Amino acid sequence: MKTDIDQMRFDLRIIASWIEPGSKILGLGCGDGELLHYLKVHKKVRETGIEIKESRVATCIEKGLSVLQGDINEEILDYPNDCFDYVILSQTLQQVFEPDALIKNMLKVSRKSIVSFPNFCHWKIRFQILKSGHVPRTRELPYAWYDTPNIRVLSINDFRRFSKEVGFKIYKEAAINAFDDGKKGKVVGVMPNFFASYGIFMIGKY
Amino acid sequence: MSEYIEHDQTSVSAGLVEKKFFTFAGSPDEMPLESGAKLGPITISYETLGTLAPDKKNVILVAHALTGDAHMAGVYSTEDTKPGWWDIMIGPGKGIDTDKYFVICANILGSCMGSTGPSSINPKTGHPYGFDFPLVTIGDMVCAQKKLLDHLGIEKIFSVIGGSLGGMQVLEWMVRYPDKVVSAIPLATTTKHSALAIAFNEVARQAIIADPNWCGGNYYGGKKPDMGLAVARMIGHITYLSDESMRMKFGRKLQDKTDLSFDFSADFQVESYLRYQGAKFVERFDANSFLYITRAADYFDLEKKYGEGSPVKAFSGAKAKSLIVSFTSDWLYPTYQSKAMVKAMKKNGLDVSFCEIEAEWGHDAFLLPNKRLSNLIKGFLEGVRRENGY
Repeated sequence: MKTDIDQMRFDLRIIASWIEPGSKILGLGCGDGELLHYLKVHKKVRETGIEIKESRVATCIEKGLSVLQGDINEEILDYPNDCFDYVILSQTLQQVFEPDALIKNMLKVSRKSIVSFPNFCHWKIRFQILKSGHVPRTRELPYAWYDTPNIRVLSINDFRRFSKEVGFKIYKEAAINAFDDGKKGKVVGVMPNFFASYGIFMIGKY
Repeated sequence: MSEYIEHDQTSVSAGLVEKKFFTFAGSPDEMPLESGAKLGPITISYETLGTLAPDKKNVILVAHALTGDAHMAGVYSTEDTKPGWWDIMIGPGKGIDTDKYFVICANILGSCMGSTGPSSINPKTGHPYGFDFPLVTIGDMVCAQKKLLDHLGIEKIFSVIGGSLGGMQVLEWMVRYPDKVVSAIPLATTTKHSALAIAFNEVARQAIIADPNWCGGNYYGGKKPDMGLAVARMIGHITYLSDESMRMKFGRKLQDKTDLSFDFSADFQVESYLRYQGAKFVERFDANSFLYITRAADYFDLEKKYGEGSPVKAFSGAKAKSLIVSFTSDWLYPTYQSKAMVKAMKKNGLDVSFCEIEAEWGHDAFLLPNKRLSNLIKGFLEGVRRENGY
């Protein structure tokens, strides 16, 4: 069972390229284990995933991944300090009730953390609000206001400001646009907070 | 564990299997027990399936539950219609694949299904031990299994797997012999009985002890305490089901009648079911063994024994990669107990996976056909194989 990098979501490919081989990794909200499986096969990482949904946990374990069923906010509390090389939170930050507490706990148990999230200040969203007068719905954020799991609305610039307020260091960042169900994409160099649909950050303690 | 299991008739069987015996701890080398007593000689009955690899690295030890035996899968003859208790899980291409692994299951010490227990002959008297049999613990059971593996020349177990009381043995193996166990799968189990679990066991034991035929445990050769044992089994069965499963299975349905009989016969289906389970059980199980094994289960306290009360400390010496599984409707060993184990293992940096399977069948769920459980076990074992380069 091999995960081909071309089949993997574009944002996950960027994250994968940042991980050093042989690292110890914690994937929060790891879903079906796509990224963890790729990293295990191609980068020989020692992986742990946390996922709340039973069927997804089962899919991961069937792939031979080490995954725990549980709530990421609670499960992360059990690990010793600096237990992992990387903790990854991919496209979940916008759904977390207490993002600052979670980020602090991630920084505590890891050397470095990687966080990715959809950019709510992408130009299409900005124009939709101006033009329609409705809360925007896009391919990346397809939900209505009453059923969205995305309870934390943030932009790439907001995350940078957040790093100063919470007090963590940004080691690396990438802004991307993804298309074809996220399978394809490209890195955005110019005015990322305006043109990019996702932000990816590698962060760490000061 | 249930008296009968729904077998998948279409599945491939593990085939013919033979019950074997191993005797050790003969005088003067009796086995010291945790209680301080010594026991010997000890016979352990066991069965094996699959082929032992030349490097002996493909060994899986299956630990059975309270009233199980070594007959985990397969049949004794071509006419035998009743396969072993975990036939749905163990066999060619199944969750525990006998084409790949050499699978061993041994009857626990203190039982009555071929291994030494209270119904065995005490060599000192020439009569069954009865209540002269020393109390044995989960640790003693595991110690006896270790002697069997030593005898078979097996130094390392690829995986030790078991549910319920079998899961306690798995945990004991992980902690007692950390260098001997590569991986472990404790299912629907606990590091220690709750007061609720002890309470049920105590009521079951008192039912046996109150039976006039029990005679202080010295009933061999005479009338057996069948009524007491049957009631004990009925209590057990209540704990193996759940409110939900009983509601779905029985509700308030009547058994072979259209109206209440206004007497104390088995009006309700649930009554009839429990009576049937009790009656079947006394045909095959010894009342004293039931007392001894339930006591061992109540005494089991991994945290006290290995961690001075701390679950984190208890697992501090363990090394095995593990897969822990609980079931949503299990009220005997509820999920919070599995989660406590997971937490303690995480705090020790152990490689642990955990899944709580949605199942309405209560504690017994691990014995019932469940594709999710089979796939979890299969995938986990394959992963361990790849990681270890087997």
